[in-house]
Amino acid sequence: MSLGPEASITDETTTPTADAAEERDRGEKAIAGRSLKQIAWRRLKKDKVALAGGIVVIFLIVVAILAPVLTRLWGHPIDEYHVDQIDPTLSTPLGKLGGISRHFLLGVEPTSGRDIFGRILYGAQTSLTVAFLSAFVSTAIGTIFGLAAGFLGGWVDSVISRVMDFLLAFPQLLFAIALVSVLPDTILGLGDRWSRVLVLVGVIGFFGWPYIGRIVRGQTLSLREREFVEASRSLGARSPRILFRELLPNLAAPILVYTTLIIPTNILTEAALSFLGVGIPPPNPSWGGMLSDAVAFYSIDPMYMIIPGGMIFITVLAFNLFGDGLRDALDPKAR
Amino acid sequence: MLAYIIRRVINSIITLLVVTAVTFAIFFMVPKLTGSDPALLYIGKNSDPASVQGIRIKLGLNDPIPVQYGKFLKGLVAGRDYVNGNDITHCPAPCLGYSFKTDQEVTPLLVGDLSVTLSLAVGAAILWVLMGVAIGVLSALRRGSFADRGAMTVALAGVSLPVYFTGLLASAIFIRWLGWLPESNYVPLTQNPGDWFVSLILPWVTLAFLFAATYARLTRANMLETLGEDYIRTARAKGLRERSVIGKHALRSGLTPIVTIFGLDLGALLGGAILTENVFNLRGLGYQALTAIRGNDLPVILGVTLIAAFFIVAANFVVDLVYGVIDPRVRLA
Repeated sequence: MSLGPEASITDETTTPTADAAEERDRGEKAIAGRSLKQIAWRRLKKDKVALAGGIVVIFLIVVAILAPVLTRLWGHPIDEYHVDQIDPTLSTPLGKLGGISRHFLLGVEPTSGRDIFGRILYGAQTSLTVAFLSAFVSTAIGTIFGLAAGFLGGWVDSVISRVMDFLLAFPQLLFAIALVSVLPDTILGLGDRWSRVLVLVGVIGFFGWPYIGRIVRGQTLSLREREFVEASRSLGARSPRILFRELLPNLAAPILVYTTLIIPTNILTEAALSFLGVGIPPPNPSWGGMLSDAVAFYSIDPMYMIIPGGMIFITVLAFNLFGDGLRDALDPKAR
Repeated sequence: MLAYIIRRVINSIITLLVVTAVTFAIFFMVPKLTGSDPALLYIGKNSDPASVQGIRIKLGLNDPIPVQYGKFLKGLVAGRDYVNGNDITHCPAPCLGYSFKTDQEVTPLLVGDLSVTLSLAVGAAILWVLMGVAIGVLSALRRGSFADRGAMTVALAGVSLPVYFTGLLASAIFIRWLGWLPESNYVPLTQNPGDWFVSLILPWVTLAFLFAATYARLTRANMLETLGEDYIRTARAKGLRERSVIGKHALRSGLTPIVTIFGLDLGALLGGAILTENVFNLRGLGYQALTAIRGNDLPVILGVTLIAAFFIVAANFVVDLVYGVIDPRVRLA
């Protein structure tokens, strides 16, 4: 009776060394030669939802870049009035579903009859430009100050941490509105559209940096004490080398993830400011501005509200899905 | 403990001073730099030089900016008088200034707005905490189930929907098409509690939906992390009932981070839910702030900023204190 299990135990104990060696070999072969980038890419490829988000993001970027071309192909100039498409008494589009037709792919605006298709495309251009550039500003400032605070410590850390706490305790949207409304309408000789884009990038980017700064500081604090930094220093490396060759590459993953996740927030902030009338000035198209115009018409021409709102939703969702996927792929704790 | 509280209070006051100083600087420096006159902003461009000069003297706009800031602070704690010859306007403490645009004292104006914002924020907060935490915990416990995936999909959509879109959509659906709710403006609680409730249902639900989505995702993630801890396995291994494992061990540490976020979110909202208030035409602090910014009404802007910053700072303070009580791992230094 007891022979069976005992036999099996001895069976197992006869071969473990060989088994383990084989196991270890296979494991090492699989791990060796795979960088974090490759591991992350492999994981990301399996995450269909994140990939779909990424594809939508790329599609939106292409659409934004090609906005002038696409508008010429399938739309009408963004400031061209089409009063013939509008019911003169109700000032709503004549056609069904907000005037959607072969000539006006997404319908026309109430009152003016401007082509929504073109305005949505140009809105994407503004929205994505503001979101990307301000994310870049936040990341640049946040990384520099976060690194400095975490690496130098002492009074530099206290000052930077205080400033970050202070900025996070600020009524931010209120301040963004206030700042945007007192800054001049045109700067650097740019037109009113790009001047305002620049102002928005500055304001949104500035208020976003503490989020990245905190994360970079925290990571730097823990990395600074690791053995590889000590090894590098004992080999005679100076601070700049440790900062840029040892620490920064290890910070790349969190920085990339949080930059990706700050973009949808920026899109929402830009749209909010435009909705409140302090973002992109009319008649320049913006999604938030279109939603704000739609307030007066939402019960009689709901499409005019649904199209820009839906665009904001799709864009933000796509960035969120992609960012979440990227975080899971780069996070060593993830399964 | 007492030393810690005192230190935190001093820090909070410094933060508030810096916020007001920065606001002050922006709205008084920028017109100077761009060459426009704050006195003109107050009373419009077509006024005669004499009355512009009168406004300058009365508001103290001829004083250097630090002096003006000092007078503002003095008014806040002791009240102040606006004097131009025989024309004296008294403003009792806490004096946030005098809005010459609307010809009103700022303090009572904002106190009225605050009641609207309070109604909105507190009602929505109750809704979103109940919904968000419940959904998050249930999702974590039934991880991978159909309900979990469904809830998380809705939550992800929820965090990607701006409140100024959901608000319009909700109004269109529930007021215009289905007719379930009347089209109503805000009714004060003291006037008619029933109408107050009805007028706030949509704003509450819209605002709470956004936050509930965030909280559900956060709660789920925290719970999953906690449920993976060794002490949960130990609790199960020693034969504890699942209800005690979840209720006594998992919830406590799984929900502590939520307390922090909740305090900060509520604090930020009490300073004015700018977007929600503007979508639903609620005359709260956020609505007032936007009107004031559009009209360059500095005393009102300054007042709202100060109130908003006060709530944020106070929320931070309360959260830190509460945290020390509910999380034994945090010991106050």
